[in-house]
Amino acid sequence: MTQDTPLHPGLNLGAPHGEAHTRSEPVIFGFWVFLMSDLILFGILFATYVAMRNGTAGGPGPLELFDLTSVAIQTGLLLLSSLTYGFASLLLKHGNGQRRGLMIWLIITAALGLAFLGFELTDFHSMAQDGGVPSRSGWLSAYYALVGLHGLHITLGLLWIGVMLVQIGVLGLNCRVKTRLLMLGLYWHFLDLVWIGIFSIVFLAGVA
Amino acid sequence: MKNTAWQRELKHYLIGGLLSLILTVVAFAAVLGVDLSRAATLAIVAVAGVAQLIIQVRYFLHIDLSRQKREDLHLILFSLLLLTLMAGGTIWIMGDLAGRMY
Amino acid sequence: MSDPIFGRLEWSSFFVHEFIAAPSIDSAVAAGAGLAVVVGGIALLGVLLRYRLWGRLWRDWLTSADHKKIGIMYIVLALVMMARGVLEGVAMRTHQATALDGGILSAEHFAQLFSTHGTIMILFVAMPLLIGLINYVVPLQIGARDMVFPVMNQVSLGLTTAAAALIMVSLVVGHFETGGWSAYPPYTGADFNPGVGPDYWIWAIVLSGIGTTLTGINFAVTIYKSRAPGMHFMRMPMFTWTALCTAIMIVYAMPPLTAGSLMLALDRYLDFHFFTNDLGGNMMNYANIFWMFGHPEVYIVVLPAFGVFSEISATYAAKRLYGYASLVFATMAIAAVSFTVWLHHFFTMGQSASVNIAFGIATMIIAVPTGVKIYDWMATLYRGRIRLTAPMIYMLGFFILFVIGGLSGVIQANPTVDFQVHNTLFLVAHFHNVLIPGTLFGMLAGIQYWFPKAFGFRLDERLSRRAAWLWIIGFCFAFLPLYWLGLLGMPRRSASFSDPAFVPWMYVALAGALVLLSAFFTMLQMGWVSVRDRKRLAVPAGDPWDGRTLEWSVSSPPPEWNFAATPQVYSRDAFAVEKEAGHPYLPAQRYADIKMPNATSMGMAVCIAATLMGFGLVWHIWWLAIAGLLGMAASMIARGFVTQTEHTISAAELEQAHRDWLDDVANTRAVTRDEETSPGNRGLAAADVVP
Repeated sequence: MTQDTPLHPGLNLGAPHGEAHTRSEPVIFGFWVFLMSDLILFGILFATYVAMRNGTAGGPGPLELFDLTSVAIQTGLLLLSSLTYGFASLLLKHGNGQRRGLMIWLIITAALGLAFLGFELTDFHSMAQDGGVPSRSGWLSAYYALVGLHGLHITLGLLWIGVMLVQIGVLGLNCRVKTRLLMLGLYWHFLDLVWIGIFSIVFLAGVA
Repeated sequence: MKNTAWQRELKHYLIGGLLSLILTVVAFAAVLGVDLSRAATLAIVAVAGVAQLIIQVRYFLHIDLSRQKREDLHLILFSLLLLTLMAGGTIWIMGDLAGRMY
Repeated sequence: MSDPIFGRLEWSSFFVHEFIAAPSIDSAVAAGAGLAVVVGGIALLGVLLRYRLWGRLWRDWLTSADHKKIGIMYIVLALVMMARGVLEGVAMRTHQATALDGGILSAEHFAQLFSTHGTIMILFVAMPLLIGLINYVVPLQIGARDMVFPVMNQVSLGLTTAAAALIMVSLVVGHFETGGWSAYPPYTGADFNPGVGPDYWIWAIVLSGIGTTLTGINFAVTIYKSRAPGMHFMRMPMFTWTALCTAIMIVYAMPPLTAGSLMLALDRYLDFHFFTNDLGGNMMNYANIFWMFGHPEVYIVVLPAFGVFSEISATYAAKRLYGYASLVFATMAIAAVSFTVWLHHFFTMGQSASVNIAFGIATMIIAVPTGVKIYDWMATLYRGRIRLTAPMIYMLGFFILFVIGGLSGVIQANPTVDFQVHNTLFLVAHFHNVLIPGTLFGMLAGIQYWFPKAFGFRLDERLSRRAAWLWIIGFCFAFLPLYWLGLLGMPRRSASFSDPAFVPWMYVALAGALVLLSAFFTMLQMGWVSVRDRKRLAVPAGDPWDGRTLEWSVSSPPPEWNFAATPQVYSRDAFAVEKEAGHPYLPAQRYADIKMPNATSMGMAVCIAATLMGFGLVWHIWWLAIAGLLGMAASMIARGFVTQTEHTISAAELEQAHRDWLDDVANTRAVTRDEETSPGNRGLAAADVVP
């Protein structure tokens, strides 16, 4: 029973990890609070996007600019990366400290994130080709700010994965590294959650 | 013992991934695949989106209704309340203002 | 157009240029302010070098991760910024007294004054004061050794300081924003304000906003996770409760501010169209987003003051706090409802009456829990053995004046009344009437109350009382006439006016402002005299006021580790209960090794890098902005590789220090409450008050 009692949100390392498990409690809780704050930030941008939905000012709108095939691929990539990060977390929890598999899953996650970012930037580029630049209209400003903020989060997440790969190599799987990997996991899953909002509210509702 | 826990949790992630995939396909299909009224399409997208949010919170973030995790659940519910107030309020106010300008 | 190395920085950007080019009273005041910053900075540097204090300052303060030192540094920052804010207030009152068809300052200069005054007083005085106080007091009240994230605490201070530095730099190089503390576009957009003013505002807001968010997370997690065993939520001291609610509000209220100011930045820097007049922009959304932060912010700054008044009413009336549970629920209710009222800041924007009514009703509702609190404090004082010390004088002023301010606010919850007084001095009178007697008096009372805990000696009581009375009297003269002027129809923020009927009231307000200035100087004198007489005022035993909560159970100043052994809590008012039971000063049954955070230069690195980044962004010096950003990123990544972040303090050392202090306490003469303000008070309370 006590072994299963979770101390914090998200995947728990569990009692066998000893200090790494107990010391994660306040840190992960704090990170969770941060994510909630970040959620509000996204919420403001979502609301602004909806409020500016008709502010196309005679410029191109969603029907002319959005490429739902690309959005579907991005959605798939991000969902898959959320899963591969899940596999990495499970190896962290149950893998008895073996680093290789963990690092491989992290690299796969990063590759998927990078591919997502590539598709997103290609979309931005082709939108700009069709006159869909942020300075064209209030709606496009809101679009680029919201989707761009998510993309920026993904970029920071990739940077973070990179730093963690180095830390796993240099420091090994010590207490702090384990806690940080748990935080990174929450962060990565959270970005997938935000993406659900983006593809539903921005893309699908925009074209429907 | 340990392997079974591992397998159980792995299965957990896979279920979450599969359900998310299905809901994503449903949402995209509602827009691209079938010809429905706009209201019906939006309703399907909204329901599929909310369902997928709940699925991912449950299976990827491991938040559930069990006793031990109440504190986190409270935090999430409070966040959602404020999110609803802020986002809903913004849309209400700005929508009302827009309506009065035409 | 902008230079690759210096951006848009030119010689004419520096503060003396305008005075040399066109000498006048107006440019002399501006040049004098810039000169004061430069001379002040050089003088500070000179003192540090002359007396070789630099090393000590760096080792003991700037790199310390101790929550107590960080708290004190926050308060020092607040007092420095407050000096500027008060002087700006006096400058504005002087100007407006002469503003019948003119005035001594230019309209542009006056606009900068009210914009900086508002920004500084809310974000760089009220916020650092309450964050500093919470930082210092809360871990001591809950029996913790430090914040959960001591280094993040440093980073928060670093970011806030960087933001404050940007505002100070705006006096020397360039100018500040002129659209008020809320900086509404499109006026602050690139079309109407291409200069650096709004950019200074934006980056100061963004940096301090991020710093404050981190602080909020830190406080919330600390209170959730670091309470001493036995301290359930309903046993927490009231100040900790208000700190918790404030922290949670910070976490949710800061994102709108960050979002709004960054969107304004996107408009200005990258030609986005969030708030512009043309191309589908919607400036009304800015007001909406800003006040989604702005209104909770009002309660963020006032709740900790309510916490202070709860503590001091119980302590100085020597009674248990009346209605603890109702105060807790009132605090929670205020925290939640404060997120539902933001629209009352723009009732006149043009939305339907139904929208206005909904927010008007929510606004009226929030007055109810506030009223509950006032009655609770009155009931606490009722039949208490009250000592009218300086904090109680502040509380007296608070009681009467804050209620007036609250009432003048709640009538404006009615949109029809608000339409009459909107944008007049009535509003200025109202919010000063809640912020000064509420927040400021609360914070000053708190400083007065906890100062002996932090420094080991009391503040000179005679001068403290004099300062308190001057604040109260000055406030009445400076702000109550503004109600009348507002009802006469005088718009706020007017650089000049044409109705001679305003003039006499303007002089009354100026007189009040001068009294407030003298109150500020009296406080400085109080500080000076107290430091001079610190031997006579010393209270090493740590409990000068017969306090009720855990922070009074340790020495003054407390050791680095706060508690030699983590206390076990059995009830509310833990220390008062121990004193009643007759065994407040006992050695611990068992001492254990503890780990304390190491000093680190992380906070200073972030502070310097953030200041450079902000300056680079304001002046379009892109290489500097990128360098600052990379500097911050690099210091954060490098920090991740530091493995030695804590040092161990042995049980033997803890025990030795604790027993030495207990011996001192045993040799201290206990004083009764009658001798509280006499030199005989060495910080040990006699049990002369029967609770």
